[in-house]
Parts: sequence; C-alpha cells; structure tokens
Amino acid sequence: MASTPPIDLPSGVTGAGAFDTPAPGEGGALFEYLLRLGDDALVLGQRLGEWCGHAPSVEVDLSLANFALDLIGQATLFLNYAGEVEGKGRDGDKLAFHRDVLDFRNCLLVEQPNGDFAQTMARQFLFSAWQRRLFDHLAGSADATIAAIAAKAAKEVAYHEELAAEWVIRLGDGTGESRRRMIDGLDWMARFVPELFEADDLLRFLAEKGIAADPIAFRADYEAAVARVLAEAGLEPPPAQRPILGGRRGHHSEHLGHLLCAMQFLPRTYPEALW
Amino acid sequence: MSDWPLWEVFVRSKGGLSHRHVGSVHAPDPEIALRHARDTYTRRMEGVSLWVVPSAQITASDPGEDAAMFDPAADKVYRHPTFYTIPDGVKHI
Repeated sequence: MASTPPIDLPSGVTGAGAFDTPAPGEGGALFEYLLRLGDDALVLGQRLGEWCGHAPSVEVDLSLANFALDLIGQATLFLNYAGEVEGKGRDGDKLAFHRDVLDFRNCLLVEQPNGDFAQTMARQFLFSAWQRRLFDHLAGSADATIAAIAAKAAKEVAYHEELAAEWVIRLGDGTGESRRRMIDGLDWMARFVPELFEADDLLRFLAEKGIAADPIAFRADYEAAVARVLAEAGLEPPPAQRPILGGRRGHHSEHLGHLLCAMQFLPRTYPEALW
Repeated sequence: MSDWPLWEVFVRSKGGLSHRHVGSVHAPDPEIALRHARDTYTRRMEGVSLWVVPSAQITASDPGEDAAMFDPAADKVYRHPTFYTIPDGVKHI
C-alpha cells in the first residue's frame, strides 16, 4: 500500500464538531481510550455476525462466526473495564447497547458494510494486520488490565490476519472476477486506513504514560506486511485517496447507525429481557 | 462452495495419541482446508494437531465385498492372544 502522508490538523483545529462530547480530562482519557479499543472490536464483531448463514460455504460461515465471537469477547473485556474505570455503574452491556451513535469511538474502517466476500476480507485483512500489531504493543502496557487483554487477544487476531491474508491472496490471484472484486474491496477500504494511525492529543497523552500504544511505532511494519500480501496477490497498492477521519471523535459514516439499530433494538425495547 | 474439493480431517486430541478421523471440509487448497478444519473441528479445544487429506486420495474397501473382506476373520479366535497366562506382576498389556 502506498504510504499516506501523516495527518496534521491545522493548529487550533481539534476536529471537534458541535455534537462532540467535551474533551475528557485526565481521568476520562483512559475511559475514552478503552471505548476506542472496545468499540473497534464490538462493531466489527457485529458486522461479521451479519454473515451468519450467508457465507459462501458452511466452512467460511464458521470462520467468520469464530472471528466475530473472538472480537465480541475482546469488546466485552474492554468495555467492562471501561465501565469500571468510569465508575458510574455502567458495564459492558450497558455501554454496548445503551449508547447512541455519536458516543461510539470505533474507527470508520470497522463499520463499513460487508459488501461481497472480497470486500469483507479486504476490510478484515487491513484491520487485523493493524490490530495484531497494536495488541503486540499493548501487551506491554503500563496498565495491567489492558496488557492482559491484549496478550490474550493478540493470538486470536494473529489468526484473523493470517486467514484474511490467505483470502486476499487467493481472490487477488484467482479468477478475473475474484480479482476485480478484491480490487474493488481494497479500494473501498483503503481510505479508512490512515485513521488507524492518527495520534490525537488523548492518544499521545496516554502513550507518554506507557498506557496506550502510539501506532506510529508500527506503521512501517504494517505497511510492509500489507505490501507483501498485495504483492503475493498480484495486486497493485490501492490508489491514494483522501483519508477519511473522525470515528474517534464520534463522526461516523451513515452505516454505523443502521448497524446499531439492529444490534441495540432488543435490549432497548426490552431492557430487562433475560434468556 | 460446490466446486471445492473435499478433504478428510484428522485431529490429534493430545500429545501421544494418534490422529483420529473426525469428518470432512470443503476447501480450494490444502492451506485453506487446514484453516477450515481448525475453524470447524477444533473450536472447543478438541485438538493439538491437524491433518487434512484429499478425500479423492483415499482408497476404500467396497461395501459389496464385505463378506469376502471381513467374514473370514470372524471364526479365527486363535488370532487373539488370549490363550496366554499373564504373570501377576505384568500390568498394562
């Protein structure tokens, strides 16, 4: 993948819109960061769950459901911890099912629609390759809980990256049609990659304390890994596009609202429902 | 996918035991067959090692020839080593 320029916002511009929540103080920074980690996993897990019963084969159906369950497990751990840190009595379920779209802090990549199988695998590869490197770094976090979750999840995500890479290679290097679909899928997703490497004040603040991982540390490694897989797939790096940012501040694409409607409907309609 | 070949899956449940046939998966090639086997048959900690073999490579006995293949062994009890006296001190035989 072509390396994209670093993101520099003009001084004084925080990217905050009128509907942004106020910038968190020191105490809120960890909570916000945990929402980012948890929401990435939650939203992608929900997206992958949409494939259940619709995948190209029963084996692929299971692979995608396994990915989804891994991710929802990670989300549960991160969001439960976020609720603990916040200290207002909210747990992971409350944060997942009773928050509105503007309060979600996931990156835009994970909320993109599944499209066809190639588009789903393009998204999965670009995200898992990033998440794996992130978790490898977070396994050494100064926050013991984050370190423990990341160390456990890194193994799951390593498998996600490997399997997704296998499919990028097979579809890219497959038939004319599979190749065209993989190129389209990568073109769709590539503009959301720069956001993964955006380091805002909050991230830098926590990275200085050794709690968060600054993704700049593994950007070159990520780009090299993506380039290797694309080369093996016989694909050109996707053409450079204008990066689209904003998920970490609650500026989401239209797709997230629809996803949350499906995900949150039941617990919001029947708040005390048990099964 | 209907045009993917079939692979037989063998799982070793723990070190020291043999691989055991557990079922089959469809996959386009051996690497994906291993992934599919992992996702289908080891998601509840069933194994520590996996083999996949193209189903087409297995030569099977003909059920129509069962009688000739297997019946002659039925009355050869002397082939079982059960007529020896085992010394008391010997265990696990």
